Amino acid sequence: MTPTAQVVTLTIDSKQYSARTDETILEIARQNNIFIPTLCFLEGLSGWGACRMCIVEMKGSTKLFPACTTRAAQDQVITTDSPRLRQYRQTIIEMLFSERNHICSVCVSNGHCELQSMAQKLGITHIDLPYRFPKMEFDSSHDLFRLDHNRCIVCTRCVRVCDEIEGAHTWDISGRGINSRVIIDLNESWGNSETCTTCGKCVRVCPTGALTRKGTGVAEMEKDQDFLSYLRMMRGVKS
Amino acid sequence: MTAAELENVAEIENAAQASYRHQIRVCAAAACLSQGSDKVKDNFDKEVERRGLNRDCQVKCVGCMGLCAEGPLVAIDGLEKMYQNVTANDVSEIVSSLETKPVERLVCSTDAPFFKRQTRVASEYCGLIDPERIEEYIAAGGYQPLQKALTEMDPQEVIDEMTKSGLRGRGGAGFPTGLKWGTVAKARSGDGRKFVICNGDEGDPGAFMDRSVLESDPHRVLEGMAIAAYATGASLGYLYVRAEYPLAVKRLKIAIRQAEKMGVLGSGILSTPFDFKVDIRLGAGAFVCGEETALIASIEGRRGQPRPRPPYPAEEGLWGCPTLINNVETFANVVPIIRNGGAWYAGIGTEKSKGTKVFALAGAVKNTGLIEVPMGTTLREIIFDIGGGIPGGKKFKAVQTGGPSGGCIPEQFLDMPVDYESLGKVGSIMGSGGMIIMDETSSMVDVARFFMEFCQSESCGKCVPCRVGTAQMLDLLQRFIDHTATGRDLALLEELCDMVRNTSLCGLGMTAPNPVMSTLRYFRHEYLEHLQPDRDAAPAAAEVTA
Repeated sequence: MTPTAQVVTLTIDSKQYSARTDETILEIARQNNIFIPTLCFLEGLSGWGACRMCIVEMKGSTKLFPACTTRAAQDQVITTDSPRLRQYRQTIIEMLFSERNHICSVCVSNGHCELQSMAQKLGITHIDLPYRFPKMEFDSSHDLFRLDHNRCIVCTRCVRVCDEIEGAHTWDISGRGINSRVIIDLNESWGNSETCTTCGKCVRVCPTGALTRKGTGVAEMEKDQDFLSYLRMMRGVKS
Repeated sequence: MTAAELENVAEIENAAQASYRHQIRVCAAAACLSQGSDKVKDNFDKEVERRGLNRDCQVKCVGCMGLCAEGPLVAIDGLEKMYQNVTANDVSEIVSSLETKPVERLVCSTDAPFFKRQTRVASEYCGLIDPERIEEYIAAGGYQPLQKALTEMDPQEVIDEMTKSGLRGRGGAGFPTGLKWGTVAKARSGDGRKFVICNGDEGDPGAFMDRSVLESDPHRVLEGMAIAAYATGASLGYLYVRAEYPLAVKRLKIAIRQAEKMGVLGSGILSTPFDFKVDIRLGAGAFVCGEETALIASIEGRRGQPRPRPPYPAEEGLWGCPTLINNVETFANVVPIIRNGGAWYAGIGTEKSKGTKVFALAGAVKNTGLIEVPMGTTLREIIFDIGGGIPGGKKFKAVQTGGPSGGCIPEQFLDMPVDYESLGKVGSIMGSGGMIIMDETSSMVDVARFFMEFCQSESCGKCVPCRVGTAQMLDLLQRFIDHTATGRDLALLEELCDMVRNTSLCGLGMTAPNPVMSTLRYFRHEYLEHLQPDRDAAPAAAEVTA
């Protein structure tokens, strides 16, 4: 607990909870088993607020707030689920599916993909938005891992884990807008990277089939993200 | 420098200027320069030299006089007698006429509404003083408000005066400036550092207010920043200017150097214990860096991407320290407020929108250029009286305010007063002050597509709704242009507008649908006309060609 943080009470979905002012709405919700969908968020990494899945309504404001970066405050009244929020979240998932080439049936992450499972959880049966079918590349130059831009949702978990946990900062984003994509070093091929330590953390935190282990077939790429909470515990870090 | 020395500088400069019988002011802001005003200035110098009038005639470069459409502009003795469209060849004739009648064919009528209907506050010295000489700024009364603030007012009094003035952020959102200053002043900084940032990353297509102020009167912005720093407890400021404004950057650099030399910037300002330094940071051409958190990231040397607020920069800004960010024009209004008092400023404008606003008139209007009018002036006055109406006898169709974040306002609202609330009510925004006027030949679907293309290419790509949503909306708008859109596409477009507006991370995404939504609201029939022709009718058309 940071010295300046205070303990407050707030209301989430008509129930009262206590929280510290250095905690986010998402943290409090998770502590109390309230489900708020997330994609770019990963416990143990810094909040990013970019996928907008975790948007919640706050009484007294017409704006929507990302639960992953919004800190608790006294007497906040938060709504985590409403027809409007549900619709927006569904559209976000649809946008991600339409943005690149997510073809589950031939994906190594089929069945272990957070985008896929989130779509199922939110009851998405079809995509209304026109698919964009961009021509994307993949990078198989690394001995152990593969990068497939077709499956990337630009959540930047790989960028953050590499920078914040491994301390290598191999990953970053190049381009902007719809042309944003993850790059290695100064746009090198992965196999030629001088900074990559081959630790594989990026592959483990990637929510989709964008970063995978080589040699995995369809639906074989299981991810293991538990190491983050272990690392955090061992290092005594509070997020 | 002490107060007495400051006065001394002003006196010497005023005496020097009074010794000339005539002053010839040549506009040296970007628009007139592009029309060759530098050659005009050179010729004036040569002509005055040739005739041996060096002691009688002062020729100087000044900032923007506003009527960019008729540049290069030259003013003789004050701003009452003005010549327009001056070329290098006209110079000799003008110099000959100094003691006699003006050169008829070049006279720019300063009695015209374009000049008479304006109220110049932020741009009061624009066109009058040489932006590259601090002495002229001081002679015109510059740096006295700073001296007044430092010696006669405590920081809270400065903030109170700003609050009293009712000034609201001129960057577009209209947040009360006094409140923002007060928040930064109250905010506690972990290591005691606070910062003042001037946002000069003007990126709206067709907007050039900030550029003009920076090019014409850079000291005013520096002085405004210094007063803000004193009020909020900051000692370092950053001027974030886009690299596309080389002239503004050059003049700011000169201004900062001169101000430091004069002791009105730097350490121990005006012989008080107050220190304030200003550094320039150049934007690398990303529109999103006009968003305050992206701008801060850019100054910190990181990728120019916004982050969710709160925390607001006033609490956690540059390097985690409390940071005041105001727009160029906001800072330009500080000096007159401190000089004349907040109550004076609050006397101009409307109940909720005080003071004046600088607008850049562009598009289908006779007098393209820069104007400053009191808040609450109607669109009709701005476009038809000051702007001179639509050229070529065409009919007015719409005015786009607020750039890519704003909306298109149709004819029925021409008599609406221009203030933050009214513009918001009709689906547009004040924005930074760009006004693009469109005549009957403009297609509103084209306009919407243009701005969506802008937003799409300027989206930073961080959040999903803006990254994918703008691209999807652009594709949909293209279908309308190609006449291949269906009713389903129209529904989808409207759905995406609502979703992107409500879920995007920063202002760019939140306002990106505005041009589409406002044109859908007022010119829906144009979208309907762009729908795919009825499928049943298609074979008939084919038969005709066969």
